[in-house]
Amino acid sequence: MSTTATAGQGAAGTRNTRSRRPLTWESWVIAGGILLLVLYCLAPFYWMFVSSIKGPGEIASNSLWPADPTLVNYRGVFGGENHFGYAVRNSLIIAVATTTLAMVIAVFSAYALARLRFRGRNLVLGLVLASSMFPGVAIVTPLYQLFSDWGWIDQYQAMVLPNISFALPLAIFVLTTFFREMPWELEEAARVDGCGPVGAFARVILPLATPGVATTALLVFFAAWNEYLISSVVSITLASNPVTVALAKFAGDTEFQQPFGSQMAAGVVVTLPLVVLVLLFQRRIVRGLSAGGFR
Amino acid sequence: MTARSSTPGRVDPGAAVTRRGGPRRGRGERAVERGLAFWLLLPTLAALGIIVAYPVGRAVVRSLFDDPIHGAPAFVGFANYAEALWGFERLDFWNAFGNTVLFTVVTVAVETLLGLVMALVMHRAFRGRGIVRAAVLLPWALPTAVSAVMWGWMLQPGGIVNALLGTEIVWGGAEWPAKWSIMFAEIWKTSPFVALLILAGLQTIPPHLYEAAAIDGASAWRRFTSITLPLVKPALVVAVLFRTLDALRMYDLPQILTGGANNTNTLSMLVIQAATRELKQGYGGALSTITFLFVFLCAFLLIKAIGANVFAGFGQAEGGARR
Repeated sequence: MSTTATAGQGAAGTRNTRSRRPLTWESWVIAGGILLLVLYCLAPFYWMFVSSIKGPGEIASNSLWPADPTLVNYRGVFGGENHFGYAVRNSLIIAVATTTLAMVIAVFSAYALARLRFRGRNLVLGLVLASSMFPGVAIVTPLYQLFSDWGWIDQYQAMVLPNISFALPLAIFVLTTFFREMPWELEEAARVDGCGPVGAFARVILPLATPGVATTALLVFFAAWNEYLISSVVSITLASNPVTVALAKFAGDTEFQQPFGSQMAAGVVVTLPLVVLVLLFQRRIVRGLSAGGFR
Repeated sequence: MTARSSTPGRVDPGAAVTRRGGPRRGRGERAVERGLAFWLLLPTLAALGIIVAYPVGRAVVRSLFDDPIHGAPAFVGFANYAEALWGFERLDFWNAFGNTVLFTVVTVAVETLLGLVMALVMHRAFRGRGIVRAAVLLPWALPTAVSAVMWGWMLQPGGIVNALLGTEIVWGGAEWPAKWSIMFAEIWKTSPFVALLILAGLQTIPPHLYEAAAIDGASAWRRFTSITLPLVKPALVVAVLFRTLDALRMYDLPQILTGGANNTNTLSMLVIQAATRELKQGYGGALSTITFLFVFLCAFLLIKAIGANVFAGFGQAEGGARR
């Protein structure tokens, strides 16, 4: 922090006057705005949840609370034709594998980019940035052919590998920003004291970088959990469908009556883990997002 | 930017390394660093090579060949491109192009405005900030596929949106309602996120600037236009740039919400349709190359127009542009 003593005092001064200030019309407007904002963000989730516990007789009504709450839709999601449990398991496997592998690769690269001087560094940065901008559809068909040749269709790796490539630019971007803030003098000191380069990095920098790495891992996990485009092409059967594809599928197959009740129940199932993660890590996520600046 | 890295008074760990023949590292150690950098970056380059560069190259090459029903494709030069731009398929192409541009311009404009207002509101709120932040993150965290299904349900003819509005619009049944539902859902999902990016920018503005301006008698509006807007510009720029690039690639949401019915195809949807449903790989390759070039052109123009060094914290600017 480069704030001087006087500026620090000034900031403290404002904070005091602000907290002592009586409730003005302005603070009422702000409170109203916050309420609207929260309502805007959460109302659709509430509606999804309420719809998911309405029985077939009630689903068409727009009552804000079901007269007769039921779990029948949830049974429909996990049983019958849908077997949504498979999709949840598939998504978990794909997202965890993506996150683990992408983080290992990204930590290597971010270390090199933040710490080492070498020719072609800007070229690498340019390539990484460019690949974060290009449209995913540009690779779907060739990738489908490539994966068919390799016998990868309907296999997890057909989704994990593209997910890793999509995650790397963001992960490297965020991690490089975090690594730049590291006290590298400590690492040098450790090396002077006889640590090898790997040991110095693992013992000094990695523990300090844990918050940044965890934040980045969270962002990668979200992105992998949400991926749809590639999966919708390379994952054909229920055996490998992630939740996004499975959900969209048991929407579209029948033209007559969409199973909205079970769709909403499936939506709640997909959303619950996200709610927990967001509640636990909101501070981290926001920090990571503003470090990465995108997505 | 490099010049700034030697600003006096700033301790810059990178400076010693950058300086030729610097005091701490000799020629030998720099060679070691170069070798290490190569091995550390190799996995990233390999992953991006296999999954990005190679397929893009393959699609570009394939776009120069035709799509025969039987036998091997023959080289046709730019015929597939001509087909899309002014041939038999041009209507589909220009409709999808128009939709992509419309969705991008409208959603990014509304998201930026709405996001700015939300950020200004959140900037003032102190109690319960964590809860508000979590609420704002949820639409962003929700998979677009789920969001599309959810909005599909709410926009049913007898659904909650019509009930609240007191209307009986068949949202999926005509061109403009279908387009608006896509844009609504997109704006709902991403404007809170834009707000968070802008909020991060707002929080870097030192409060004493406002105090000084207030003492000088500047009105609230004047303070907003002369202090807030210019200082929050970098955050706005990043948000607009990346939202634009994302919106230009829009696929999941319209695909699941409308499936392209009622002229709601985007460029990305057209590519997938050509390649998977119609099995026209040459034509699909041409479409994907056009989309690819168009997104890059937009990125290039935006970065040029904005002027600000968006990637200052990333490139060679060591410490110079960092906050």
